[in-house]
Amino acid sequence: MPLGQLFLELGVVILALALVGRAAGRLGITPIPLYLLAGVGLGAFMHLGRAPEEFIHVGAEIGAVLLLFTLGLEFTSQELRESLSKQRNIGALDLALNFPPGLIAGWLLGLPPMACVLLGGVTYLTSSGIASKVLSDLGRLGNRETPVILGVCVLEDVAMAVYLPVVAALLLGGTLVAIGVNLIVALGVFALTFFLALRYGHLLSRALNVPSDEALLLGVLGLVLVVAGAADLLKVSAAIGAFLVGIALSGEVADRARRQIEPLRDLFAAVFFVFFGLQLNLAQVPDVLLAATLLAVVTAATKFAVGWIGAARAGVQTRGRVRAGATLIARGEFSILIAGLGLGLAPQLGPLAAVYVLLTALIGPVVTRFDAPIAAWLTRPARPATSN
Amino acid sequence: MVKLDETPLPGVGMRYDFDSRSGKRVGVITHRDGRREIFVARRDDPDACAESIVLADDEAEAVADLLGGSSVTRRLETSMQDIQGLAMDWLPLPDTSPFVGQLLGSTMMRTRTGTSIVAVMRGQQAVPAPGPELTFERGDVVVVVGTAPGIRQAAALLRGTP
Repeated sequence: MPLGQLFLELGVVILALALVGRAAGRLGITPIPLYLLAGVGLGAFMHLGRAPEEFIHVGAEIGAVLLLFTLGLEFTSQELRESLSKQRNIGALDLALNFPPGLIAGWLLGLPPMACVLLGGVTYLTSSGIASKVLSDLGRLGNRETPVILGVCVLEDVAMAVYLPVVAALLLGGTLVAIGVNLIVALGVFALTFFLALRYGHLLSRALNVPSDEALLLGVLGLVLVVAGAADLLKVSAAIGAFLVGIALSGEVADRARRQIEPLRDLFAAVFFVFFGLQLNLAQVPDVLLAATLLAVVTAATKFAVGWIGAARAGVQTRGRVRAGATLIARGEFSILIAGLGLGLAPQLGPLAAVYVLLTALIGPVVTRFDAPIAAWLTRPARPATSN
Repeated sequence: MVKLDETPLPGVGMRYDFDSRSGKRVGVITHRDGRREIFVARRDDPDACAESIVLADDEAEAVADLLGGSSVTRRLETSMQDIQGLAMDWLPLPDTSPFVGQLLGSTMMRTRTGTSIVAVMRGQQAVPAPGPELTFERGDVVVVVGTAPGIRQAAALLRGTP
């Protein structure tokens, strides 16, 4: 294929994403579900050539790698330890309320057991990207309920550190014994990485921390891709390898790497969502529509409860509690990512997760916008009692 | 003295706020990337922000100057990062300081605050390692080394409000 045509098609795709992103900004919602829709639309109406399709595929894989790498980067911070000690209970409640619905839904749908575990992850993870963007865009960082929301997101990251190696081991498959061995190996590798990151992370960080921003970017990106590639060759997901690199980096180099990698991540993550949309088989959507809707409604309620209880414990009033609950509803990048890991196990996981993310991402902002009437409605039974 | 609440915002930075006497909660968020955000809470819904403004570095500095805020503590934060537990700061001697025209020794800086005066900047010139016999003049800038709380005390001492 001539280079000109490749550029033309890629350019059209990225321009379409830019338009979608602007529309999302105008509507005050997150662009992620719209990127998915754009991917679906591209798949339906535009036939990409082989070369752009391949490029988008590779770009999507890089996007997944960078998404988890930046998640890992958040890890070594002091904030994490503070959140862990302060909001442990609410984090446990979050896990107890939001993981089982996916797990049970998977079982009811007759998915293979591993796909059920993945679906649990899909419903568990609030989109920290969406939450932090909503908070900063709407000027809500100063709100009293905001530390609760951010704390829940951080604790979910911690849970990911245990969940991901489990997933990696389960995906390797095999007999029950083999899975058990893999599980122990995977957890061992993660524990070792944690230990090394805490003990010797500063050495790696110092080795990578060069004054030149360019050299830093190239060094970090190179390392991430090398480890991700090695992980993939070992049949562990590449994205999980990248997560480990993120954990190992700390301090100043982590801060700088985050700033340098962020634009790249945004670009490739958008490509990732488009690719996910492109891959969707539209014919499967009607089959999963009911399940996805029910799941979205149930888990919107459970997430809302987590935010409500967390904010209440922080001494926040009703309206703030509603906002905290509503902000946590939206699932996003990590749900899609986890569903993507299991497409080989259960193809219906793809459309199910896509529709699910789309619905939760719509429910969240709508509930937030009507925080005042909802708060009034929720406290309605209490009112006559107090006035009497 | 206003009672400041300090709340970490994971992934964002730090929030400092207090309930002002006018009845609204007022606060500043320091973002990890150095931006500052000022916000005022709503009266009908004290948990929510009525308005918040993001300030760039230079704008934040301008507002701090307008409010007569202490540039001391702000600069301390940056110098603190260099060496754990050790801070260094340039404290301009206010014209109203009780030590203008007095001997350096009369401040009893080390005894009172645990900090040392390592230099005095006078105009374009520096007096390194000044002895107790040095006399302070208007416009001097005193360079002190010590712990961060010690330096805050030193600044207060030089202002005459220990």
